[in-house]
Amino acid sequence: MSVISSYTPRRGRNVELVLLIAAVAIVMLAYVNVGLATSGTVPPALLALGGGYLGVAVAFHLVLRWRASYADPLMLPIVTLLNGLGLVMLHRLDLASDRSITEGVALRQLMWSALAVAIAAVVLVLLRDHRILRRYTYLAGAIGFFLLVLPLFPVIGTSIYGSRIWIQIGPFSFQPGELAKIALAIFFAGYLVQTRDALSVAGRKVLGLTLPRARDLGPILVAWLASLAVLVFERDLGSSLLFFGLFVAMLYVATERVSWIAIGLTLFGIGAYTAYLIFGHVQTRVLLWLDTFSPEALAASDQLAKGLMGMASGGMFGTGLGRGRPDITYFAESDFIIPSFGEEIGLIGLFAIVVLYGLLVERGLRTSLGTRDGFGKLLAAGLSFSLALQCFVVVGGVTRVIPLTGLTMPFLSSGGSSLLANWTLVAILLRISDHARRPLPEASGPSPVAEARTEVVKVR
Amino acid sequence: MNAPVRRLSLVVAALFASLLVSTTLIQYVFAADLNARPDNRRTLLSTYARERGDILVGQTPIAESTPSDDQFKFQRVYPQGPLYAHVTGFYSFYGAVGGLEQAEDAFLSGSSDKLFYRRVSDLFTGRRPQGANVETTLDARVQEAASEAMEGITGGAVALDPRTGAILAMVSHPTFDPNDVAGHDLEAVGTTYDELNAAEGRPLVNRTIGGDLYPPGSVFKVVTAAAALSTGDYDENTVLPGPAVLDLPQTSADLPNAFDGPCGPNSEVTFTEALAVSCNTAFAKVGMDIGAEALQAQAAKFGFGDAITIPMRVTPSTVPAEMNLPQLAQASIGQYDVRATPLQMAMVAAGVANDGVVMRPYLVQSIIGSDLSVIESADEQELSEAVTQDVAAQLTRMMVSVVEDGSGTRAQIPGVEVAGKTGTAQHGEGRKAHAWFISFAPADDPEIAVAVIAEDGGVAGSEAGGGRVAAPIAKQIMEARLDQ
Repeated sequence: MSVISSYTPRRGRNVELVLLIAAVAIVMLAYVNVGLATSGTVPPALLALGGGYLGVAVAFHLVLRWRASYADPLMLPIVTLLNGLGLVMLHRLDLASDRSITEGVALRQLMWSALAVAIAAVVLVLLRDHRILRRYTYLAGAIGFFLLVLPLFPVIGTSIYGSRIWIQIGPFSFQPGELAKIALAIFFAGYLVQTRDALSVAGRKVLGLTLPRARDLGPILVAWLASLAVLVFERDLGSSLLFFGLFVAMLYVATERVSWIAIGLTLFGIGAYTAYLIFGHVQTRVLLWLDTFSPEALAASDQLAKGLMGMASGGMFGTGLGRGRPDITYFAESDFIIPSFGEEIGLIGLFAIVVLYGLLVERGLRTSLGTRDGFGKLLAAGLSFSLALQCFVVVGGVTRVIPLTGLTMPFLSSGGSSLLANWTLVAILLRISDHARRPLPEASGPSPVAEARTEVVKVR
Repeated sequence: MNAPVRRLSLVVAALFASLLVSTTLIQYVFAADLNARPDNRRTLLSTYARERGDILVGQTPIAESTPSDDQFKFQRVYPQGPLYAHVTGFYSFYGAVGGLEQAEDAFLSGSSDKLFYRRVSDLFTGRRPQGANVETTLDARVQEAASEAMEGITGGAVALDPRTGAILAMVSHPTFDPNDVAGHDLEAVGTTYDELNAAEGRPLVNRTIGGDLYPPGSVFKVVTAAAALSTGDYDENTVLPGPAVLDLPQTSADLPNAFDGPCGPNSEVTFTEALAVSCNTAFAKVGMDIGAEALQAQAAKFGFGDAITIPMRVTPSTVPAEMNLPQLAQASIGQYDVRATPLQMAMVAAGVANDGVVMRPYLVQSIIGSDLSVIESADEQELSEAVTQDVAAQLTRMMVSVVEDGSGTRAQIPGVEVAGKTGTAQHGEGRKAHAWFISFAPADDPEIAVAVIAEDGGVAGSEAGGGRVAAPIAKQIMEARLDQ
């Protein structure tokens, strides 16, 4: 681990507040846009909703001032903006399908957003130091795998449109995979911090790659099998790719050995290809991906094709919010929310959204770089990378970079579980970033920090 | 662990870069291709959202687009729905179906190449793009009279201006209300369409120009007479044998008259009398004497076999190509496999009326741009010279005698000389015959030519006769024009 030099960063809380107001202003502008396009009037609830949304964001901002004053100042505004744009798009889609405010998805999403922010604030308040999480490494692992396989259980597990990644309890349906993402990242971080030496040192060199010992392959094989199980039994390529990718990336960060990536990619390639040969649903996905407009593919599903045509109709500048027809595509409010945005705010708007996600991930990775403890480093890198990978899987799926999967876009897509998980994820990242940016107290007696300075670091 | 985190950030950058590339490819590079796809519902919707031109009868729209406040922006309305249903066709989200909506879709929707410069100028002047209007040749009073006269009858009626070929009326019964299939409730539209499509009497079919076609029966005798007179071997006063029953060669079958007994004293009639009383035996004999080729050639000159568009496609009427003598005898009186549209039979009447010259029928008078400039205007075209002026004059006199003291007396109009021919077409054992009437008036200076068919003799029942059922209808239609 490299030595971190201490510096005194600005807290950036005032910057954050200004950016927050700007983010809410953009969201309100988008909301006005939809109102003008659909009914020709400024929505009457504009000030109430805008004020309410600003209130929620500022409340979280105040929690940060109180409990994590050195936290990264960009994350909250970015997430606020994305969440708000998602709300506007959902409201717009409600209008298009004539859903009233009470039966629409926008209001539900708004309530979930408030709840998600509240839970994220509670996480920030209760989790005074992210290293506490390390104590629960194996509990997190158990929870993570349990959540992952939860949809496979009878009764509560529900198969929605071919993917078995939902659980249904009473009227509530939930995608446990979203929360599993966080639990597994905690587990991988805790586990790899312990075992990284064994995984990184031993081995022999073949063709320039230091291959690990056979017995050290255990964990990656377990993760591989688990991800294949997700692929085969839950029929969800996205989750499978997400979890295995997350594990391999964290393994690489922990061990700094490229061979793990090579092994991981090879394993995943073999697994995915085998699944392709064996399972019809995987073949359909691949057909839809490679040959979207062939008659066979269209007979199977014209969803992807419709999404692409929607994006194309948006062109460079988009039709304008409320002026396109994103509702033509099925799942325009969840899996296909990116084509919805592409159609209405154009290539330029889509670029802005992709860049916002890129910025969020970059702030997360920066947090990882700045953190002084290995667990925090791994956790921040893992959480950030999972976010990046999810964006890639979702956007890549609807733009034919990879086969379409059943994942939702963090913060934008309709879905309570997704919002809860991703706001919590951001809360943890904020907690770590507070730790990373907080200046070391000028040495007054022995402290953990003083120990850190004299830590024996491995130099590779 | 910082080095791999940095490298990981490069991987992340690569992932996001790939997304920027893929979205650029879709929304910029290949956007035009995707938008041009025929199954692109968004493109369809934006076409649908454009204000479609009107279809006009005189100055009155019979199809117009009114603004609607739903996603489709405009609602197609047919103010006199059923009256003009087969002329307009209908336009729904599924597209333009039938009639002028389909045939003139390019102009109505504004996508025609001829509107290109207009579209470009609309782009710069900011004027809302609008389709062109289609002005029909129809005469509202004639159309109304025809529809009224056809009330309760299954069949069709067509009226032409014999001098130009302009279609004055086009009625096909049963009809339907195009408003029922032009709504924005796509599901209801689909259901109604399926019902109409399966309905008994097939209301969606325009019987005047399509459908299964009809055996013309005795109205075809005008064609046979034209062929005979054109040979020069006959004139209107030629005496023909008119027995009660004609013994057909090569077969044991006989060909009787439609009425009991011979056509005249001593089983002999003049050509004029033969037409007036619709003497089957005389015409069968004439047909066999002049031969199949002469008959086929004469029919072709009247337009049989031509694929005409008015601009709707008209199903070509047919005379069989290969016929033996008994078949020829049957064909000469419009039976056997002779099949004709009402429009074709109206063209026969119009050809005789117009000194032997058949004009190409047309339904569209002009295409008028949204700025009221005329984009296209119909030009009258001769289709063919079916008979000489002299033969036409003889045929006219013969047809006048049909109305004056023959089988078509019910078509008489006080003070106007009417020329006509009745027809009673058999179409299967034990089934009621179709009642036909073709006519034009005034005989000396024709303004209107009409063909009427009442399927299965219309409401009159079993003694189906063109003179009884169809002639009064033709009379009402002609009067509507002549009274103006």
